[in-house]
Parts: sequence; C-alpha cells; structure tokens
Amino acid sequence: MKLIRMLGRSIRDAIKSVIRNFSLSLASISCITITLIIVSVALIASFNVQNFTEAIEKDMTIVVFLDNDAKEEDVKTIEKAIKAIPNVEKYTYQTKQEVKEKMQEESEVFNAVLDNWEEQDSPLKDTFQVKVKEVTAIRNTAEKIEKIDKVSIVRYGEGMVDKMVTAFSSIQKLTYGIVIALIIVTVFLIINTIKLTISARKREIGIMRLVGASNLTIKIPFIIEGMILGIFGSIIPVIVTTYGYLAFYKHFDGYLYSKLVQLIKPEPFIYQASLIVIGIGILVGMIGSASAVRRYLKI
Amino acid sequence: MDLIRLRNVDKKYKNGVTAIYDLNLAIEKGSFVFVIGSSGSGKSTLIKMLYREEKPTKGQVIVGGLDVAKLKNKKVYKLRRKLGIVFQDYRLLPKLTVYENVAFALECIGEKKDTIRTKVLKALEDVGLKNKVHEYPGNLSGGEQQRVAIARAIVNDPKLLLCDEPTGNLDPEKSMEIMKVLESINKSRGTTIIMATHDKEIVNKMKKQVITLKDGHLVKFKQKGTYVE
Repeated sequence: MKLIRMLGRSIRDAIKSVIRNFSLSLASISCITITLIIVSVALIASFNVQNFTEAIEKDMTIVVFLDNDAKEEDVKTIEKAIKAIPNVEKYTYQTKQEVKEKMQEESEVFNAVLDNWEEQDSPLKDTFQVKVKEVTAIRNTAEKIEKIDKVSIVRYGEGMVDKMVTAFSSIQKLTYGIVIALIIVTVFLIINTIKLTISARKREIGIMRLVGASNLTIKIPFIIEGMILGIFGSIIPVIVTTYGYLAFYKHFDGYLYSKLVQLIKPEPFIYQASLIVIGIGILVGMIGSASAVRRYLKI
Repeated sequence: MDLIRLRNVDKKYKNGVTAIYDLNLAIEKGSFVFVIGSSGSGKSTLIKMLYREEKPTKGQVIVGGLDVAKLKNKKVYKLRRKLGIVFQDYRLLPKLTVYENVAFALECIGEKKDTIRTKVLKALEDVGLKNKVHEYPGNLSGGEQQRVAIARAIVNDPKLLLCDEPTGNLDPEKSMEIMKVLESINKSRGTTIIMATHDKEIVNKMKKQVITLKDGHLVKFKQKGTYVE
C-alpha cells in the first residue's frame, strides 16, 4: 500500500518536473530524438544485412563432379562419405542424364547441342549438390569432399563466397559499433541535461534527505522522469523509421540491385524495430537520469 | 536516560582542519541544550555529526541508540526520521505553500494523506501559523518562515530537534518568538532540543543547559548556564 502510494507520488512528481523544467526537458528529448533516428537507421540497415547474408548463405551450394568412370557402387561410397561430414546439411544426386535434361530444359541452344551427344562422349558428369550448415566452414567442407576417391572436381564459388561472407560480417560489426557508440554518447548527453534539471532542484533533494527520505525514494521520480523523456524522445524516430522504411521498401520493390538482395518485409519488422527503438530510448533515459542523480545522494 | 552520547570524538576535515578534539558528552532525553562558542569553535560540526552530515574521524556518536559513525550512507534516512533539523536559512521550498512545505516531510516518507493532514495542522498550530496555511513562504516574514521550518521539523514527532543558529537572521524580538515556540515544543511534546547559537541575550534569558565549545574543545557543560566566552 505504502509502495503504491510512493510510486503514485513519484510518477506525479516526474510528470510535474518534465512540465516545470520544459526547456531543459526539450533539450533532453531532442538529443534523444536525434540519436535515436541514427540508431534506428543503423538498426534497420544491420537487420537487413543480416537478413540477406542469411538468404545468400542458404542459397550456397557445393557442386561435386564425379569421375567419368565412377560406377554405381562408387556413387554409393561417395554418398556415404559426404553424409559422414558433420557440416553437410543435405545433398541431392543427379546423374549426367538428369543434368543433361535439366540443361536442355533451361535453354534451347543447349537443347540442340546436347541432343547430338551420345552417352559415352558426353562432357557432363554425375554430380552431388551439397548444402552446408555453416557457410563460414564451406571451404573446409569442400576440401574434405575433394579428397574422397572418384571425386573429380569440387566447386563452391570460392573467392566470391569468401569475400561476401567477410564483407557482410564486417558491415554488421560496423553498424553494431555505430549503434553502441551512439547509445553511449546519448547517455552522456542525457546525464548532462538531467544534471541541469537536478541542480535546479538541489534544494528539494537536500530537504528530502534531511527529512528522512530514503535514497530510492529520491531517485525513483528522476528515473521515471528519464523514462518519460525517453518515450517522448522516441516518438519522432519511430514515425521516421516506420514511414521511412515503408517508403524505401516500396520504392525499391523489396530488393536492392538484384533479387538476391531481398529487403525484410515491412510487417511485422517495422513494429519490432519501433519497439526496440522505444526500448532503447527508455533505457537510455533511465540510465542517464539514474547516474545523474547519484551524485547528489552521497552524504 | 541519555538520548545522545559522544565518546572520545575527534573530527578532522579533509583540508586538515581539526574541528573537534576528544569530545565526551551525554545529553538526557527531554532536555533543552544550548551549544555556544565563537565562530569556528565547532558548534556546527557537532550539530552536523548528530544528524550524520559529517562523520566523526574517531570515537562514538550515539543518537537514540543508533551508532551514527557506523551508519551506512544508505541507512542515514533511518536516523533522519527520528530527528528534526532547523537551519538559519529556513530551507523552505518557495513554490510550495506553508501547508505543502510541512506536508512534504511526511510525503517523502510515504505517510497516508489523512495522517499527513492531521499531523501538519497540529504542527502548524503548535508554531502558531494555523491561519497562514495557504500562504507561500515569500509572503511571510523571516520569523514566520522559521516557524514553518520548525513545524516541518517537528511534524513527524521526532525525539530530537537540532537547531543550527535558528535565530541568526532574525531581530531580537522575532528571535524571542522563536525561542518561545521551541520552549513550548520542548515542554508539550517532550522533544529534546539542541540549539547552536552565539546569541548571548537568548542564552541568558532562557536559563537552560549550556555547552561551551572553544576551538573544538569542550570548555563547560552547565545546567542553567549563561553565556560566558
């Protein structure tokens, strides 16, 4: 009962203080707003990068060409050997006949050319198509497959894949870095702006301490005030990200440059992103004000 | 029974100044004590140690059974709830009315609204300000503001009331008004009062216990004393 009463009083005080110190509150709110806009852009970029890294990774295949003289038993032993590699997720087997048919389906030129080839002088080979669990280990897996008897060539788009994987992971690290750095900067800015509102209320805090208010009782209104500033500060960023991303998605029709680089569908992604942005705003406001008020509670 | 007991207390500030030397003191419950001495004699330091604004460098300070020196920062509020403090500069909140200023002390510790109302009105009656409940401190005279501060200090029925030069900003007439208020609180509520002052006239008129400090040393502790340098 007492707790509820104190909490009610804290919320009332916090709202009063936001209104009473309007210009300072506005300063905190706008500094949260600006950083949150940048944070949300970085977040959206980072989620999208992650999304299409995953999509590309899923698409990546090792193609295993068998020797021409591989017999049916050889195919079975190779299949067993591939199955035994831990990083292999799944695989499909195609005989040269199937490969030929597929190629003929895909193109008329191939159709005409391949039609004249007899089974024995076909340049095509029997193949396994292997999907891996962990793309970063694709090179290792390919090397293992290459060592299997009767395997002639192994292809997985070597250089390109390696480069893409490292490029994406460094882009992601960079955006995470930006997000974290911005959050830290905002926390410091908020600490300073809230310190100003607090120093205006130094007298009040001093009296609260004199009459026996516990530190928590003194702190809570300020922490709630920080949360309110965080919520107000995240309104504009949420609007900007929601409508901004919708417009962006519409403009590019859902993908960048090629169908390979798909953007995340706006729903429910924008809602999730907005929640994260509001969450960061609240957290940043809380941390900022909590550490600002701490200085005045030392006796 | 002793409400306050100091044993071998030394206080040395961080800047190297020693304010109190080896102070031993026992103050009984319900007494009215003046602490006198010139500036820098250690009166304020003594008062500050009693409400744990300052910690003694050495020795024991016991207030109402609590060892103040050992009290952690986080627990200081427990001590503060047992005592009231009045300063020379009143320390009222200008944006709150007289009633709100006094009620503030009880709101901070989570009292119920009904209890707050009863206690605040009683305290304001005790200091003779029941007719100024809705005024703001800015519209009151210095003496009246100090009485509001006293009401705030006694509203939670503390056992101990500490006053640090409460009449320092007031003319002799208003000062005597304040002293009358304090005396009646001491009598009617049984509150122990410790008041630091260098107002000779007041000390001589009141004929209460007097602790005389000089350069941080206890010079005299007299029942019914007068002001002697």
